[in-house]
Amino acid sequence: MFGLKKTLVAATALAAVAFGSVALAQEDPGPAAYAAALKDKRVIMVPMAMGFDLAQGWAAYLKKEVEAFGGVFETRDPNWSIEAGAQAITEAISSDPKPAVLVVHSPDLNSYAKLFKKAQKEGIYVVAIDNPVNYKVDAFIGSDWDRLGQLEAEAAIKACGENSTKQIGLVQGDQVNASSLYQYAGIMKVLEKHPDFKVVAKPDSNWDATTARNVTTTMLQQFPDVCAIIDFWDGDATGTSAAIREAGKQDKIALVTTGGGEKVDCDALENGTFSAVVMTELHNQSRDINAILKYLLQSGVAPGTASTYVYTLERAWTKADLTPTTCWDLKALQAAAQ
Amino acid sequence: MTIRSVFSRLDQERIVLAIAVLVFIIASVTLNGFLTAANLVNIVRSVSVLGILAVGMAIVIIGRGIDLSAVAIMAMSVAWYLQMLGDGTSQAMALVITLAAVLAIGLANGFLVAYADVPPIFVTLASGAFVFGFVRSQLITQDAVPVPPQHWIELLGKTRWLGIPIEVFLFTAIVFVAFLFLRFTKWGRYVYYAGDNPMAARNLGIPVRPMLLLRYVISAFIAFTAGILTASSLLSINTRVVNSTLLYDIVLVAVIGGIGLSGGKGGMRNVIVGALLIGIMLNAMTILDIPNLYQNLIKSTILLVAIIIDGVLNPRDEQTAQQGDI
Repeated sequence: MFGLKKTLVAATALAAVAFGSVALAQEDPGPAAYAAALKDKRVIMVPMAMGFDLAQGWAAYLKKEVEAFGGVFETRDPNWSIEAGAQAITEAISSDPKPAVLVVHSPDLNSYAKLFKKAQKEGIYVVAIDNPVNYKVDAFIGSDWDRLGQLEAEAAIKACGENSTKQIGLVQGDQVNASSLYQYAGIMKVLEKHPDFKVVAKPDSNWDATTARNVTTTMLQQFPDVCAIIDFWDGDATGTSAAIREAGKQDKIALVTTGGGEKVDCDALENGTFSAVVMTELHNQSRDINAILKYLLQSGVAPGTASTYVYTLERAWTKADLTPTTCWDLKALQAAAQ
Repeated sequence: MTIRSVFSRLDQERIVLAIAVLVFIIASVTLNGFLTAANLVNIVRSVSVLGILAVGMAIVIIGRGIDLSAVAIMAMSVAWYLQMLGDGTSQAMALVITLAAVLAIGLANGFLVAYADVPPIFVTLASGAFVFGFVRSQLITQDAVPVPPQHWIELLGKTRWLGIPIEVFLFTAIVFVAFLFLRFTKWGRYVYYAGDNPMAARNLGIPVRPMLLLRYVISAFIAFTAGILTASSLLSINTRVVNSTLLYDIVLVAVIGGIGLSGGKGGMRNVIVGALLIGIMLNAMTILDIPNLYQNLIKSTILLVAIIIDGVLNPRDEQTAQQGDI
């Protein structure tokens, strides 16, 4: 009996040790490392302005994630002013505590290059979103604007059809913003493969709806047989659509544009204002930004040493392939982020 | 009439008119589709909102002032109005609140200029920034505010008489009313007296200060009207317009037409001439598919040429210059 008792004690002890060690082995080192690397990190987003759908959408998604990992998320609102944006970045670089990451929506290719360099020198990661920049930032997340232009051109060609006049009009943004220049390049690539389709006019809207309306009105008088118009941004396409509506050509002209994929885009597809929209899939794009933030903060790579491009997968949406979840609703998103 | 006297009769208004006619003739001959009824309507229409704003600016400038808050008032009052409608405020309530706010801003501008003796350029620069900042940050949520479906503003934008958009008639009407006011009413004539020599006007017993208030209130309401028209055609108002060059274009239309910034000179004819020149140039350049950057360059060059010709033909000296010239 004695021997059995001893054996039982030994077995119990052994089991205790064994289970104890199992419990220790199940302690995943990941979360602790994750928390240590991310906690209290300051992330500052400087969009071109806070007053439009995409910026408010990014901010809502980023805020949720950054605050969930114990970081601090802030935004600055330069309100479309390049100088105010530069000032916001300068102020962020010299602020205390220093931000860990700057998420910047640059107005053009070059304006902030010097500031990006300064930020990286100070040990701050720079993440450019949406608009490409002529500088080796730590990561770029956004649209491949060339590809986006190709998608628009393909949608316009499809909407026109083989038996149409094959005349396409463009309403460009401006001649400095990368999104406008690359979009144009992409459209032209597709049209080269379809030599029977012609761009008959390509005025600039300067991203302004009133200007878009005026130039489109003139375009439609000069070329009444245009079968499709590609407008480079849904923000000024309200003006382009007004001109088409006033000319009574809603059924004859397909308006193709690109936008943030907010509910207004789906509504405009539903009611026939837009024929096709290449949408920025905000949910996926924001998730990419968040993933890059988490990666950079843990990577141990010094700012300015590596450069990554993450292009958002996009497609042209038409009324036929809309689903209730195609677009996102800014009001609902903001309410959820509160 | 000798050549010399022909030239001496060329003031800035006539020079600009001549340039406008010249550009018009060249465009008519060389550009296909320029000289059509539809395009001519389009030209006038494209400068209607600009022209309406310039009427308000002209009235203020003639009285020796300037209103740099016009674009902010135009965009922000309408944006707030539409935001209230979108949030469910009743039609009448929203309109009354907005009109009261527009009146208040006009009165505040006028009061600071007339009674606090602050130069108008500073008062209106500050009040414009305040109106934009306050409305944008406190009262509306996005840059662009849409017009609710089936609202009267939308119906206004669809209104056509003889196939001509409503803006053209409103522009004409506002110019005509302003012309009658300045030309044939006592208070209208006082605007010139006060602009030409405020001290003398005051010694005559003209109520110079209350009239200053009136001019800024008129300008504010004209700005609101221009905003409603913009919203009616675009079915939304985008407050980004406050940061655009629209404000300079308004001053330009008034000044290029020949309304002196020193006050007391000019009238509605100058506004029409200035607006037409800008409209014809923009339209011709759009037909030529000239990129925006070059359009600005060409526009500014033509304007400079007009100013230089005026400077050469009508040199400033002690007799023509007056105190308060900018």
